[in-house]
Amino acid sequence: MSALPEVINPVEPFLRSDRMPHIWCPGCGIGTTVNCFARALLESQRNLDRVAVVSGIGCSGRVAGYVKLDSFHTTHGRAIPFATGLKLANPSLEVVVYSGDGDLFAIGGNHFIHAARRNVDIKVICVNNLVYAMTGGQTGPATPDNVITATAPYGSYEPAFNLCALAEAAGASYVARWTTFHVRQLTKSMSEALRKRGFCFIEILSPCPTLYQRRNKMGDGLDTMRYYKERSKIRHGSSAREAPLSKDGEITVGKFVDCERPDYIESMRGRLAERLGERYVEMDEPECE
Amino acid sequence: MAKGNVEIHVERCKGCGFCVEFCPTKVLALAANFNSKGYHPPHVVALEKCSGCDLCGMYCPDFAIFGWKLPAARGEEASDAG
Amino acid sequence: MQADPRGVLTGTHFLDGDHACCEGALAAGARFAAGYPITPSTEVVERFALRIPTVGGTFIQMEDELAASIAIQGAVWGGAKAFTVTSGPGFSLMMEHIGFAAMTETPCVFVNVQRGGPSTGLPTLPAQADMMQARWGSHGDYEIVALSPNSPQECFDLTVRAFNLSEEFRVPVMFMMDECVGHMTEKVVIPPAESVEVYPRRHTRRLPGTYQPYEPGADLVPEMAHAGEGYRFHVTGLTHDESGYPQMNALAQDRLVRRLRQKILDAEDRLTMVDEDGTEDAEVVVVSYGITSRVAERAIEMARQRRVKAGRCRLIGVWPFPDRHLRALAARVKAFVVPEINLGQISREVERATGRFARTVSVTHAGGGVHRPEDILEAILEAAR
Repeated sequence: MSALPEVINPVEPFLRSDRMPHIWCPGCGIGTTVNCFARALLESQRNLDRVAVVSGIGCSGRVAGYVKLDSFHTTHGRAIPFATGLKLANPSLEVVVYSGDGDLFAIGGNHFIHAARRNVDIKVICVNNLVYAMTGGQTGPATPDNVITATAPYGSYEPAFNLCALAEAAGASYVARWTTFHVRQLTKSMSEALRKRGFCFIEILSPCPTLYQRRNKMGDGLDTMRYYKERSKIRHGSSAREAPLSKDGEITVGKFVDCERPDYIESMRGRLAERLGERYVEMDEPECE
Repeated sequence: MAKGNVEIHVERCKGCGFCVEFCPTKVLALAANFNSKGYHPPHVVALEKCSGCDLCGMYCPDFAIFGWKLPAARGEEASDAG
Repeated sequence: MQADPRGVLTGTHFLDGDHACCEGALAAGARFAAGYPITPSTEVVERFALRIPTVGGTFIQMEDELAASIAIQGAVWGGAKAFTVTSGPGFSLMMEHIGFAAMTETPCVFVNVQRGGPSTGLPTLPAQADMMQARWGSHGDYEIVALSPNSPQECFDLTVRAFNLSEEFRVPVMFMMDECVGHMTEKVVIPPAESVEVYPRRHTRRLPGTYQPYEPGADLVPEMAHAGEGYRFHVTGLTHDESGYPQMNALAQDRLVRRLRQKILDAEDRLTMVDEDGTEDAEVVVVSYGITSRVAERAIEMARQRRVKAGRCRLIGVWPFPDRHLRALAARVKAFVVPEINLGQISREVERATGRFARTVSVTHAGGGVHRPEDILEAILEAAR
């Protein structure tokens, strides 16, 4: 074991250690993404007092409860509008939405596309384990064709959304996809997103060994990580539309979009200043007392 | 000689095996014993091969392990490798 | 403390209820609103969109009421006072987030300019049929405060009070207007900022490290902190303890949910807001609220002309229901007449509270218009017999 007592895990200060061990299953990749997130916060030198995490409901939604930041575990699908309100009331906050594929793209789909359209300055981290995990592994909008889920006992028959393509089409300024195998690249992506203004979206493919992989006899978390390692191809700059996921095919990862356009607050202030001139009063800091 | 070491938080481990698999120099293996929840945590089997790269720490979903460079090794590094 | 003058449009105005409500919000310190267009409420936020850029704040029209009702809560935790505005169908959509506000003790105001329902109903015509929904619309056990204005002036005054109560009790407040009051234009006097009392955010004075987000004070209300101040707190809609962490067991549930209830019910006297006249010797008391109270006034006058001892008890605060106050009245009167533009909602509450002592006569109206004074008079006369 350790010989030097002062050595602590660089990630530990980010965690609510009093709540460890967390509830995620053995081999679940969510914790790995949180690891990367913690390191990305360090790397991008964010002021942790000014970072707020907003999550929805689901396994990935539990992230908010484990990070030692101002965090909000909100309602299913509505982390993004909550985050929008939070950011608009206090634009100096760094607002990160951390949630799952079902939460963000089924019930939350409408909010996702509008926030992307508006280019609201929030960073959306989507852990995609291809199912609704917390509730038992039901079909979701990202579930690939012809897999067994809790609500598709004979095999699914709906096409899945290509989350990155959706994000790109809706107007996101930054779109990337990684898997939980790509820890270094994921950390770098998160760090980039944290330093970028605008709506940033990172999809992270993750195992759900207890439900998705088990029902489909795809092995455990480690087997899935090996699959990610073997079948992932990094294709920076490729079109997200040409990179759909599938049941067991190739996984295109990389950064698909990284562009500059005015974010929502910039656009809003610009227009109001233009029309109102001297009369326009910006709301920089919250004033409610 | 070892350039690094690892710290293992046995009670947090859920025996997923990521650290064992992705350690570039195969420093770790799952132990025969288990923690109070019944999982087999990793243990160091080849310390001399440890570079302190902390890849194990980056992969761990349970914050149960991290690697660190020994001071001598840190001094030799010209720049941060991660 | 006094209002921020930038938000107070001091002067004598000729405004409709929707517009007056917006001014009330601004005077109360609201600096964030999120809305979604729905008749007959839209003017409230249209005016806010027009006014807020020169006052200092933000308006955003969200993509639906689900988004609007939670965006305001994000803004509250970011440090602002915030509200949203809607009508029946939107109110239904907002129910989950009203429950979230109650559970997380997020102070905010939900304005419902009621219209005919159910479903799409009568978008441009009045009703008062969401009164029970205001109290029970979300799942689970919780309490809210609901106010009912009966004039554009009250749309100003009571909106200020709504914000103040939401801050004092850390509870979502339902501002139950109706299409008639919302679209009627009357004189509205807005006083100087120094005369407008606003209740500030109950922000903790404790330093990070010693602050527990849900540790109740003596009045069962915890102190608040905002994101970005270094408190590193956690807010969740899951059942939680004083640290804010989820605690999913019956004991934590009992403690939390009973406290959420008690903090309101313990303040029943403070939250009893009625406008009474002629109840000291009344045989029949007309209990009404909102636009119906204006018609009831005429009916009471007509009854008195016929030598019937009729009195009025107008409910300004409808929830928590003023049980004690009405029970005290019930001991002296023969009957309560409850006209409302619905098929009998608050009349059930009157009956529940006073049924052992007095009769309750419900004067219903399915919606789309207001009662005629004669409809209410008839009930008064019959009750007095």
